[in-house]
Amino acid sequence: MSVLVYVENVQGQFKKSAFEVVSYAKAIADQLNTNLVALSIGQTTNDELSNLGKYGASKVLNAGSLNAFDSQAYASVIAEASQKEGAEVVVMANSFSGKGLSPRVAVKLKAGLVAGAVELPQIAGGKFSVKKSAYSGKAFAQVSLSSAVKVIALNANAYQVKDGGSAASVADFQAANAVSKVKVKEVVRATDKISLPEAELVVSAGRGMKGPENWNLVENLADALGAATACSKPVSDAGWRPHEEHVGQTGIAVSPNLYIAIGISGAIQHLAGVSSSKTIVVINKDPEAPFFKVADYGIVGDAMEVLPKLTEAVKAYKGQS
Amino acid sequence: MKILVCISNVPDTTTKITFTSNNTEFNTAGVQYILNPYDEIALSRAIELCEGGKGTVTVINVGEASTEPTIRKALAIGADDAVRINAAPRDAYFVAYQIAEYAKEQGFDMILAGRESIDHNGAQVPAMIAEFLDIPSISVIKKLDFDGSTATINREIEGGKEVVEVSAPFVASCAEGVAEWKIPNMRGIMSARTKPLQVIEAKNIDQLSAVEVYETPAPRSAVKMVDAADMTGLVNLLHTEAKVI
Repeated sequence: MSVLVYVENVQGQFKKSAFEVVSYAKAIADQLNTNLVALSIGQTTNDELSNLGKYGASKVLNAGSLNAFDSQAYASVIAEASQKEGAEVVVMANSFSGKGLSPRVAVKLKAGLVAGAVELPQIAGGKFSVKKSAYSGKAFAQVSLSSAVKVIALNANAYQVKDGGSAASVADFQAANAVSKVKVKEVVRATDKISLPEAELVVSAGRGMKGPENWNLVENLADALGAATACSKPVSDAGWRPHEEHVGQTGIAVSPNLYIAIGISGAIQHLAGVSSSKTIVVINKDPEAPFFKVADYGIVGDAMEVLPKLTEAVKAYKGQS
Repeated sequence: MKILVCISNVPDTTTKITFTSNNTEFNTAGVQYILNPYDEIALSRAIELCEGGKGTVTVINVGEASTEPTIRKALAIGADDAVRINAAPRDAYFVAYQIAEYAKEQGFDMILAGRESIDHNGAQVPAMIAEFLDIPSISVIKKLDFDGSTATINREIEGGKEVVEVSAPFVASCAEGVAEWKIPNMRGIMSARTKPLQVIEAKNIDQLSAVEVYETPAPRSAVKMVDAADMTGLVNLLHTEAKVI
């Protein structure tokens, strides 16, 4: 018996979201009194791999020969490794790639799946259940899994990274039949941008910005904070900002430590996408804006005047710390 | 060209979510149901690809008779025919299996769905269908072109995008960017009433997961107002009180 965690690398490197997933899987392995095996697919370095031991992996399998991402091929590698390791629970990130992988792995292993997990499983009296977000952030569901093998895909920013372990041993893993049918033509990564679903700090703006020409004020604040930028649906619908930045029920759900909403009234669909943010700051010139009802800190004022002041204050704070 | 679009019947986006029976069931009282917005994007793109007699679009839903208004909406938007698997959806595994069982003999070039349903947000069904059928799947796509045998697809990844090529048949789950939402016109609404809607009974498969109980997020404490002139004060609060910067 074991717990297996699939760890996604970005251009050969593991990021914080990967450490979250390993830490989470380690906690499940502890719950079950068993070992955690990590699996990496694609090229990376031995240092990166053995470093996963710090977060609780006792062994790291390296399927280094597959490169370009294809959910079908990757899923068969993960399923094969899970079977070889006798994994009872298989854990991965509920990332864009993870969303394509976990369902395939679940079908291969005839395993129940919880995608979008936000807490550790409750395991008692033969029952195994996991809390996940549901109704686009408007609710949570405790989902029980009755299959022998269970697959869990963990939301970003839902579990704290825990380190303290030591370097893990690395072994090559050759999968029997992983053939990629999807040809990757091009990968475009904005290296200077912070990925929105994983961001710890998010600066988001709405129609209150009056037009795309004023977005430099939003970006200046985001830069000063080291935050990702986001927007409301009307803003992406109007083409002021790309769809990838649209946060809300039909866009991306985020759960950062800090969400700053500027000139966004707070429609129920938008609130759904941000409700699991730890701290919410709302800046709006309308004191009656519904967003204030769910905010931790509120500022009534014109975004054009408030934003430069806030950016200066953040820079001053960063300068002294 | 034959395209299958999977559609889901979900509460309207403005719905306030509440539960009944000790929080074990969704409270449907007064709730308006709609075609899942992401599925609608997938449907729009399927219709665009088939425009000018280049193909046909079939929509499929796993649901009880109460979902038929949503299926008719999809027909009004422009799907050619519809299939309803007559069962209350139990979990994603059950739904995906039903759709795969229907699709396996039909020779679809592609099976499209939304990136997730806005009720359960599992994002599970499309990739599960692909696994049951043993064909490729691409999740969270932003752009889809098809030349009759090969599709070129933009897929979202953390902090960027990936352009991939895949041969038919395949499954893709669609996000914003793939197409614009289409508003049905009068002719579409009229013809939707008479378009074929086939009802098929569900096949048996094990249920692997079940919702035990729901909960709604804990209410936040009252908002603390900060003067618009005192942004240094706000930064201090974020640092010392909220401890987020």
